[in-house]
Amino acid sequence: MNAPYRLKGMTGEWEVVIGLEVHAQVVSNAKLFSGAATAFGAEPNTQVSLVDAAMPGMLPVPNRECIRQAVRTGMALDAQINKWSRFDRKNYFYADLPQGYQISQLYHPLVGEGTIEVLLDEKDEGSVRRIGVERIHVEQDAGKLMHDQHPTMSYVDLNRSGVALMEIVSKPDMRSPAEAGAYLRKLRAILRYVGSCDGNMEEGSMRADVNVSVRKPGEAFGTRTETKNVNSVRFVMAVIEHEARRQIDVLEEGGAIVQETRLWDPDKGETRTLRSKEDAHDYRYFPDPDLLPLELDDAFLDECRKSLPELPDAKRRRFEMMGISAYNASVLTAEVETAAWFDALLSNDVDPKQASNWVVAELFGALNRLGASIAECPVSPAHAAELLRLVADGTISGSIAKTVFEKMLESGDPAGAIVEREGLKQTSDTGAIDAEIDKILAANADKVEQYKAGKQQLFGFFVGQTMKAMAGKANPGVVNERLRAKLD
Amino acid sequence: MAGLTGKTIAELRDGFRAGEFSAREIATAFNDAVAAARALNAYTVETPGDALAAADTADNARNRGDLQPLSGIPLGIKDLFATAGVDTTSGSNILKGFKPPYESTVTLNLRRAGAGMLGKLNMDEFAMGSSNETSAYGPVISPWKRSDGGNAALTPGGSSGGSAAAVAAGLAPGVTGTDTGGSIRQPAAFVGISGIKPTYGRCSRWGVVAFASSLDQAGPMTRTVRDCAIMLEAMSGFDPKDSTSLDLPVPHWEAGLSSDLRGKRVGIPREYRIDGVPEEINALWDRGIEWLRDAGAEPVEISLPHTKYALPTYYIIAPAEASSNLARYDGVRYGMREQGSGGLEGMYAATRAAGFGAEVKRRIMIGTYVLSAGFYDAYFNKAQRVRALIKQDFARAFEQCDLILTPTAPSAAFGLGEKMSDPLAMYLNDVFAVPASLAGLPAMSVPGGLDAQGLPLGLHLIGNELDEQGVLNAGLAIEERAGFTARPEKWW
Repeated sequence: MNAPYRLKGMTGEWEVVIGLEVHAQVVSNAKLFSGAATAFGAEPNTQVSLVDAAMPGMLPVPNRECIRQAVRTGMALDAQINKWSRFDRKNYFYADLPQGYQISQLYHPLVGEGTIEVLLDEKDEGSVRRIGVERIHVEQDAGKLMHDQHPTMSYVDLNRSGVALMEIVSKPDMRSPAEAGAYLRKLRAILRYVGSCDGNMEEGSMRADVNVSVRKPGEAFGTRTETKNVNSVRFVMAVIEHEARRQIDVLEEGGAIVQETRLWDPDKGETRTLRSKEDAHDYRYFPDPDLLPLELDDAFLDECRKSLPELPDAKRRRFEMMGISAYNASVLTAEVETAAWFDALLSNDVDPKQASNWVVAELFGALNRLGASIAECPVSPAHAAELLRLVADGTISGSIAKTVFEKMLESGDPAGAIVEREGLKQTSDTGAIDAEIDKILAANADKVEQYKAGKQQLFGFFVGQTMKAMAGKANPGVVNERLRAKLD
Repeated sequence: MAGLTGKTIAELRDGFRAGEFSAREIATAFNDAVAAARALNAYTVETPGDALAAADTADNARNRGDLQPLSGIPLGIKDLFATAGVDTTSGSNILKGFKPPYESTVTLNLRRAGAGMLGKLNMDEFAMGSSNETSAYGPVISPWKRSDGGNAALTPGGSSGGSAAAVAAGLAPGVTGTDTGGSIRQPAAFVGISGIKPTYGRCSRWGVVAFASSLDQAGPMTRTVRDCAIMLEAMSGFDPKDSTSLDLPVPHWEAGLSSDLRGKRVGIPREYRIDGVPEEINALWDRGIEWLRDAGAEPVEISLPHTKYALPTYYIIAPAEASSNLARYDGVRYGMREQGSGGLEGMYAATRAAGFGAEVKRRIMIGTYVLSAGFYDAYFNKAQRVRALIKQDFARAFEQCDLILTPTAPSAAFGLGEKMSDPLAMYLNDVFAVPASLAGLPAMSVPGGLDAQGLPLGLHLIGNELDEQGVLNAGLAIEERAGFTARPEKWW
């Protein structure tokens, strides 16, 4: 168990309490209540239907795929799926909100309580935390204002207006920036496994509202602030650190925390007030009379459940059962693309443990050097498997394998062809090896004397010299065996 | 009113099919009548070209033997329906000049059935009113006058006031109306025509400017019950673009018309005998009961115990929904924009202050209030619960009867300006109409007779869910027995 995260103040230690509301854009070809497209980066106002622009007399019709994605997400979080839910209108005026209300779900959300399990330390199974999910509801995104197009006017781009969002609300279960970071990363991984959100925080398809309060350990919850629309894991952690420290300073100076909405300024690295509780909107929520309650039947739920892939935790446990280390299993399952690549590798008849070590050390190192993602990896899982098998069956040595892998990355050729072409096959020809050993022992008679006098460490020197003389192609086992035969 | 403009939809259809006259002759006759009746202020836009084009299509179709149900019939369209390329303003300044690039499902259905459009009909602003006096285009003048020798301008009722006046004055053989809390039935009663609001969900709301989404229903207003059946059949049908649309086939209401009511029980709700209603109206109600008895039905007294809460419930739910539905008129994307001062908020305030009339503002404020934090449970939630009780009242009543007969409105048409200063008196106009709206039930007004001042009075039939046929049949039985042939004398 790690030590609890505490912040030191003048009056003693403080505990920070964190809840996250994550807005995740649903992967779907069409918007939540209209048929308009949802691709990122299109020309302004080219993906807007009459419904999205809230033309008079237009009506919303729920998009089944968006509902399906939210239900699958709920199932992936082991959450309660509400077979009866309902849409409510959240009323407020803003130029990026054509209807004058957002269709959301306040009173009866689609998904109820669930859980996300996070590991604070990949090497330590004891560092597991279970973070509660309060609910998931689906709602419409707003459009976007552009303030830099005209000297006195703002322009509105409605491409994003009406795009489906899942709002995933955690319980106030997190107690450190690291826990919040781990929760966000894990949530993002699950969403990407499920395929319900691409998790792209830079493009805004996933963003978090960060609720932070502080208290003396063991005391009741303090007053919280909410910092809106934070768009990276790093910023979320920074918001928590900054906001907790600010609140402690306020409280220790005898002040009180005001329940308010704050904004994160990434340039200054601080949060500032957006609006206080007194200025808070009265959203006048009420059931949307244009929409019937959403009722899900068992066949729909069965299909959702059957369509779920193996999720990160299950995959990690399966990998561990294969003898893969906890750390490797955790690293290999963190990203859906990595896990898919590794599963493809495993399907090529390789030793799981050896393969995991090779991927984590060699493949990740190479990708890092190349600045490439696993999706861009020049070596296919099948080619990598061939390389691993050449090592396993003694055709090439581990050190030659590194050379072969470099050449595979450059040329894209299969390992066998490279080994053949470059003559890199390992030899167990005792005649050739003995000949080289004899030369080396003769040339280093002094060291042979020292070894025989008890300086055992010199054995490695003789192995190295022999391998060097054999251009790395000698079977290390045979070299060891012959050397022992001659020296001992 | 003679000639083609005096005929019913059925007569025009049948005469046109029999070759007695062409569709172009029909359209021309109505176009001329419309152009000659501007004193009534019934139409806000006249589209004679549209009517003629549809007529020519109909004439060609007749030659080819390819007729649609409404081929050759020109109709008036309430300004609440979006009509592609034609001003659609809902009687409001905030939408002045708005020409939608789309056609409402109901008007599209009518066009596909072969109908043409004579023009857009004046109405209370956003359908909020019972006298057509809240329209930005000014009130519609009823073609009817009192027989007292005076010349007082009367209301045709509202909100479908232009629709009612157009049919009564022979400016269209049939029109579309919409009914949120009586807006088809009360004006139909005031001008001596028939109008039916079908079961909620029969007619698509797509492309109909929303007032109160859970109550709004389109329906026809015509001279006869048969014409209502013909038009409603063409307007109705499932629309996947409206989530509240009923996914049911449209019955053949015209073919099913029968005034033989033997075996039917007609409920007479005792709570609808209310104080202050003129004796003539109760007398007409009694005559209505006798007419239905004569048609074979058995009158039974029923109770709808929550009736007295219907009007206050309606005036919480409808404004609440309206306050949200009308938020989109903000000056950002279409319609009126007043720049004002003070940035975005200033523009909102200036646009909405200038664009909305007093009654619309009143209802937006009421609706905003009843949805506010701290008042939501006391008003909106309670109203929703009462609405459920009112629905339950009807469900229980329909265990004892097949349909319900009441008066349509508590008075005959009143003079313009008489009630504008007293919103509550105005709201009382819909006291008999509102319960059926809250319950989503089909309901119809048919003319029953004239009052002592020579003004029409209507009888109101409420049917069980989806039983438009029962309502139409009882309406037909009354129509056959009332012998209502009175028409306003042409003064315009």
